[in-house]
Amino acid sequence: MSRRVSNRRKALVTVIAWAIGIAIFFPILWTVLTSFKTEAEAIASPPSFVFFDWTLENYTEVNERSDYFLHFMNSVIISLGSTLLGLAIAIPAAWSMAFVPAKRTKDVLMWMLSTKMLPPVGVLIPIYLLFRDFGLLDTRTGLVIVLTLINLPIIVWMLFTYFKEIPGEILEAARMDGAGLWEEVIHVLTPMAVPGIASTLLLNVILAWNEAFWTLNLTAAKAAPLTAFIASYSSPEGLFYAKLSAASTLAIAPILVLGWFSQKQLVRGLTFGAVK
Amino acid sequence: MGKISLKQVTKAFGDAEVIPPLDLDINEGEFVVFVGPSGCGKSTLLRLIAGLEDVSSGTIEIDGQNATEVPPAKRGLAMVFQSYALYPHMSVRKNIAFPLKMAKMDPAEQERRVTAAAKVLNLTDYLDRRPGQLSGGQRQRVAIGRAIVREPAAFLFDEPLSNLDAALRVNMRLEISELHQSLATTMIYVTHDQVEAMTMADKIVVLRAGRIEQVGTPLELYRTPANQFVAGFIGSPKMNFITGEEAARFGAHTIGIRPEHCVLSTTDGTWKGKVGVAEHLGSDTFLYVTVPGMDPLTVRVQGEAGVHHGDTVFISPVAENLHRFEANGLAIRQATA
Amino acid sequence: MATAHSRAAARLMISPAVLLLLGWMIVPLSMTVYFSFLSYNLLMPGMEEFIGFTNYEFFLTDPAFFAALANTLLLVGGVLVITIVGGTLLALLLDQPFWGQGIVRILVIAPFFVMPTVSALVWKNMFMNPVNGLFAYFAKALGLQPFDFLAHAPLASIIVIVAWQWLPFATLILLTALQSLDQEQLEASEMDGANFLNRFVYIVLPHMSRAITVVILIQTIFLLSVFAEILVTTNGGPGTSSTNITYLVYAQSLLQFDVGGGSAGGIVAVILANIVAVFLMRMIGKNLEA
Repeated sequence: MSRRVSNRRKALVTVIAWAIGIAIFFPILWTVLTSFKTEAEAIASPPSFVFFDWTLENYTEVNERSDYFLHFMNSVIISLGSTLLGLAIAIPAAWSMAFVPAKRTKDVLMWMLSTKMLPPVGVLIPIYLLFRDFGLLDTRTGLVIVLTLINLPIIVWMLFTYFKEIPGEILEAARMDGAGLWEEVIHVLTPMAVPGIASTLLLNVILAWNEAFWTLNLTAAKAAPLTAFIASYSSPEGLFYAKLSAASTLAIAPILVLGWFSQKQLVRGLTFGAVK
Repeated sequence: MGKISLKQVTKAFGDAEVIPPLDLDINEGEFVVFVGPSGCGKSTLLRLIAGLEDVSSGTIEIDGQNATEVPPAKRGLAMVFQSYALYPHMSVRKNIAFPLKMAKMDPAEQERRVTAAAKVLNLTDYLDRRPGQLSGGQRQRVAIGRAIVREPAAFLFDEPLSNLDAALRVNMRLEISELHQSLATTMIYVTHDQVEAMTMADKIVVLRAGRIEQVGTPLELYRTPANQFVAGFIGSPKMNFITGEEAARFGAHTIGIRPEHCVLSTTDGTWKGKVGVAEHLGSDTFLYVTVPGMDPLTVRVQGEAGVHHGDTVFISPVAENLHRFEANGLAIRQATA
Repeated sequence: MATAHSRAAARLMISPAVLLLLGWMIVPLSMTVYFSFLSYNLLMPGMEEFIGFTNYEFFLTDPAFFAALANTLLLVGGVLVITIVGGTLLALLLDQPFWGQGIVRILVIAPFFVMPTVSALVWKNMFMNPVNGLFAYFAKALGLQPFDFLAHAPLASIIVIVAWQWLPFATLILLTALQSLDQEQLEASEMDGANFLNRFVYIVLPHMSRAITVVILIQTIFLLSVFAEILVTTNGGPGTSSTNITYLVYAQSLLQFDVGGGSAGGIVAVILANIVAVFLMRMIGKNLEA
């Protein structure tokens, strides 16, 4: 199917594409480079790209700041926790909508989607006040709850589009073979759905990891994940480029790696199946 | 084991009635084929028997027990699906053993039965493969294997051969017939292909729009179709139908004559026409003859016909094989009348 | 296609998700509506009283609201233009055969995975800073006066930062759409004498129009709620020059503790988002039937 292209043209496209790709990636690259410089080199003029004294001191310093690890763990717990909780709620829901569609199924799906369209500021005050009254402000539990709820529609939708692709006849075959509802779910549905569930998990960990409205507004110090922790560097007294870069690199590296693995799922997940 | 009775069974999806009240008895050990054009309700009927769909009213009895409310898993029936519906994440062995595992059968007995089934179905060498690594015919066999290990009261087949190529289809047809001979278990088989119905069935149920048009052995249906629909559906090439003046001469609204019951002559006969396309199959020749004032006639001649495009020929129906129908499509039984 | 038994089970399995989302939507939203009719300041507890539409009047006649509305529209519009045009061009480029396709793709997608606070800080400090930023260095190297982007063009700067984050999303989706285009269609049009531009206008663009619409609608939903980037870079300033509706509501409620006014603003934001949401939902709903 692929068209034959002359090598000259291919070389030209290669140069242009790499130039643009590196330009787009440059801020990240620059951050990573800076993280290996000393603070003086980080703001040196002219800036050095490769020929500087590579140092790991920023990383050791960031790690030694007692709170960095806490915030990192907060990010892990909040993003994983909200995703797993979301999956636990969404898997049965998506299962029933995909395999036992009722007349209302479409309406329910669309309605779930509509909750995702609700701008967070519309419910900021009540959530803030409720959290205050229930002692959930600046707790991981509180953030897990909120992030579960805001990502639940995406989780349900992604799972739904994956489950839809499992042929219904297979589940009927299991039923004919004497499998009860739970056996059907455990022995047939789950193994077939694992790839879809894994992609959903991946995308939602990413979304939750980077969520920066609720995490900024509902946490102070204890439960702050990396999004909020990094934001604290914006104050003038925190202006240490190299250390900021090291902290940033640590914060984005894990998710960058996960993200590269989930390119395809990203499209499906974020367009609610409208583009596959 | 394996007697199934449907009593006044109906099925409606919303306001659409797919199956009007229907009665049917399937006897122990019978090979019954549901046949009809697509959308005639044959698959729905099978799914009602399987329990994959609820009946809207009426009762289904299996071996004398009312099974209408019994979930599919407990009906003791096994089904082979059109897509085979194999579990893609399980090996062939696990696929076949799955119903036994669900029945919590002793593992040694599971193994014994799987091995036996694999032997019958020529799957012994493939037991550790995944369905994705098998050919269409092999997948079909795995699906059958999964059905037979349970020793069900009856087998249900939902167009099982429609995804196979023509040559394989003939083979699997024979294998399924063979299986029926050796197991002597009731089989209900759904197809839209009248050749499958004719070659495999003990009893054919012809369906149209959810209604049973006729029930009978293949040859009964071929020889004495109850109406014009059955006459046209059973037999290949299709029966020729002639209406109007010619039919009136035979005292009917419509007359039907099968292509193999037309006598061809180059000199004289009932109808005079011109040869259009001639299809030479070697053993037979199918001629499409245009006769003025009638629809084109299909004529089947054994061997080589020796006539060509544009030749003028004469065609005469064999009188005892002529079918006569009333305006409402019902057959006129001259022998009994 | 199911039995009564499985239908009952299905309803049971779907109910936790439905009830939770219902609670999440109805409870806080009705509280917001309720607060929006109160005079309610967190600094003056116990002084709440019903004041009708006064909060709305204040919010909608506040010059800050018009500034914020304009900024919101500029932000959304600016980012959309950059990401759609850039994304289409990038998608066309990445769809060509070249060496290292996979790696370039990865490079291009990367910004999407950078958390908003990090990208905002990196751009603010390491690129746009008038003293130590890279842009200032290049300006000086060219003999120009360094420009303080965030002080003198705060909104434009934020648009650039946000567009950098969303360009990968647009590119990825448009590329996916582009790759689903039937090659034979292109070949047929080539046989019919269409040149590259013709093919793009008559074949490629119509094929991608759906994906472009999806990108516009989904980005709009997210862009209406841009928050962290503003908080970290400009705090909405100078003045209100980079305040959008989301930030305005945040400032009113959690910085000035004016629950009543903030709630009214929140409801206004909900209504604005709903206008977009209706179109998006219609598109997705249509796809559900197909």
